[in-house]
Amino acid sequence: MKFTWFHLMPYRYLPEDFKEKYRSVWVDIPQNLYDPTVGHRLYNDYLDQLEFADQMGYDGLGINEHHQNAYGMMPSPNLMGAALARRTRNADIVVLGNSIALYNPPIRVAEEFAMLDVISGGRLRAGFPVGTSMDTNFCYGEVPATLREKYYEAHELIMKAWAEKEMFAFNGKYTKLRYVNLWPKPIQQPHPPIWIPGGGSVETWDFCAKHDYNYSFLSYFGYIAGKKVADGYWETMAKLGKPLNPYSMGFAQVVAVAETDEQAERDYAPHMDYFYNRCLHVYDGFADAPGYRTVKTIKAGILGQVGDQAALRREGLKWKDFLEQGYVIAGSPKTVRERLREAMKSLNCGHLMMLMQLGSMPPELVKKSTELFARECMPYLRDLWSDHEDKWSAKPMNVEARAIPAPVQFELQLPKHTNGHARTNGATESRSAK
Amino acid sequence: MKTTKELLGGKFSIEMWEFGSGDPLLFIHGAGGLFGVDPFLEELGKTHKVYAPHFPGYGESTGSEHIDDVIDAALFYHELMDELKIPTANIVGHSMGGMLAAEVAALDNSRAKKLVLVAPAGMWLDEHPIPDLFAAKLDEVAPLMFHDPKSPMAQAFGAIPTDFKALEAMYVERVKRFSTASKFLWPIPDRGLKKRAYRIKSPTLVLWGASDKLIAPLYAKEFTKRIAGSKEQVIAEAGHMLPYEQQEAFCKAVNGFLK
Repeated sequence: MKFTWFHLMPYRYLPEDFKEKYRSVWVDIPQNLYDPTVGHRLYNDYLDQLEFADQMGYDGLGINEHHQNAYGMMPSPNLMGAALARRTRNADIVVLGNSIALYNPPIRVAEEFAMLDVISGGRLRAGFPVGTSMDTNFCYGEVPATLREKYYEAHELIMKAWAEKEMFAFNGKYTKLRYVNLWPKPIQQPHPPIWIPGGGSVETWDFCAKHDYNYSFLSYFGYIAGKKVADGYWETMAKLGKPLNPYSMGFAQVVAVAETDEQAERDYAPHMDYFYNRCLHVYDGFADAPGYRTVKTIKAGILGQVGDQAALRREGLKWKDFLEQGYVIAGSPKTVRERLREAMKSLNCGHLMMLMQLGSMPPELVKKSTELFARECMPYLRDLWSDHEDKWSAKPMNVEARAIPAPVQFELQLPKHTNGHARTNGATESRSAK
Repeated sequence: MKTTKELLGGKFSIEMWEFGSGDPLLFIHGAGGLFGVDPFLEELGKTHKVYAPHFPGYGESTGSEHIDDVIDAALFYHELMDELKIPTANIVGHSMGGMLAAEVAALDNSRAKKLVLVAPAGMWLDEHPIPDLFAAKLDEVAPLMFHDPKSPMAQAFGAIPTDFKALEAMYVERVKRFSTASKFLWPIPDRGLKKRAYRIKSPTLVLWGASDKLIAPLYAKEFTKRIAGSKEQVIAEAGHMLPYEQQEAFCKAVNGFLK
């Protein structure tokens, strides 16, 4: 069993009456609700939390891409990945991922992922989501009818750019490049493990099966509701004669650990409420642009993650209901490890993507939950699936061969001049004199 | 009469409504498509031979994967007109269909004998943004589309089926239609018609509902100022769905212009 500590990086200070007053946390959320100085604190707290998870022995640090969204403040997860590459040592950097149809040209993703893999010494897991409808269609203006075609073409280009040893020309429908010549290239050869996060599109299962990619179901509904999608994925794998290796699947689950079950409710219930009622408050008109989901997926009856139907299912649920229905796995270490074992077995899932900072949860609680889980749950779950090979974690360079960043020194090593004249050195002066 | 027409060796299979006889009239529907009950077409059929094809991706028409943009769409209509042996016809297009009708005429100015653009899409004014129909919830659609959203017609238009099968069928058909329309309209319905409109040489009527809340009537000027020999006419108490909401006045205006 492998554990990825996954951060959404929410804005923690949406107003009490957010749901009543505004129609959506995503796409058209008012800008005056954002305070950049608060954002400064949050980004730094959140990076601290991911770095702490590295020290606590989690296998992966998860980050993802969202736009114009108060529950996910990472328009560019690669920036966060770069920060983590320098300040962490052990865990995989799990970028889940870049919505590759949005990058023009998509070769940008091949380049940046290669950079992350090289900086981190081969610790990257490379995620290629289609991206949500809110992100791709509404925020970035992609035509719903052609989004998937564009995505597949971008995937082809990126994989070819990593695989080819010589320069080539790429004549796609959406991208035409005369000189594709990737520089730098990733440490992991032929490429970092590929992860495909999905919300439940049936095409994604075929795609993952065909390429031996990890399929990650990023659900906020928990393992009981998620079983329908997991079963669909495993049925597809079985039908195509693929091995049912639990490590070929990731599953996102809200997890929170406290000293006792009662303490968990006291600690985490308000933040869970914030997450489900404010962070996931998405205007239904943005949930699913026509053509974003294929007719095949719609007919498979898989409900969306956000929008009116999703909100309706959560309507009036209390802490107890969230636990019973599996949205949240929370409680004492014993409760959590037992439920998780049952959950992961029922899903046949080897990669747990853990949402441990939930909504408005403050740093001290995040730290407590993260540490309690690492000390008192993780060791009891490690044995699960030990008879299967994990082919979807990163394969980094030997730890001895990896560069160690110089320790940070915050004190200035040279005096800082406040006088403008004193700061100008001779070289600059002679250049400007020309 | 419902007919089916195969084009280009089966690349497109087109479901089409035909009415009446006389001077040919090609009707190009809007993003919502034809509803199966489109009485104004029968009315126009009293004086014309009306052809009203479902665009590929709408109804039973297939081949939308062969159309990426407005140029492909216009060439599709050229091909269809050749196949129907009406290389030149009166062309009436509504909303997105008005945008495509203008492209049909601009790319080959022998195609339209006379052109009627009914509340056409295709232009964008920053100071008068067109509401995002794609993001509208079902109950928000009728108020955008009708002068009188309380009328039985508008109510029927916005009705949500209670039967699950019917709801699913409606949802799937909406997805098919709007996802095709997104190729021309998403995220902003401007694909460069303003550059090409000067090529339209046929007499052109730009027809608008006075209380159109989707595309404001002041957009008419964007067309008339670019198309020589065009004129504007506004129909009272009509919203964006004017052929449906004011059928009589609409048909009178069209027939009067085509006469």
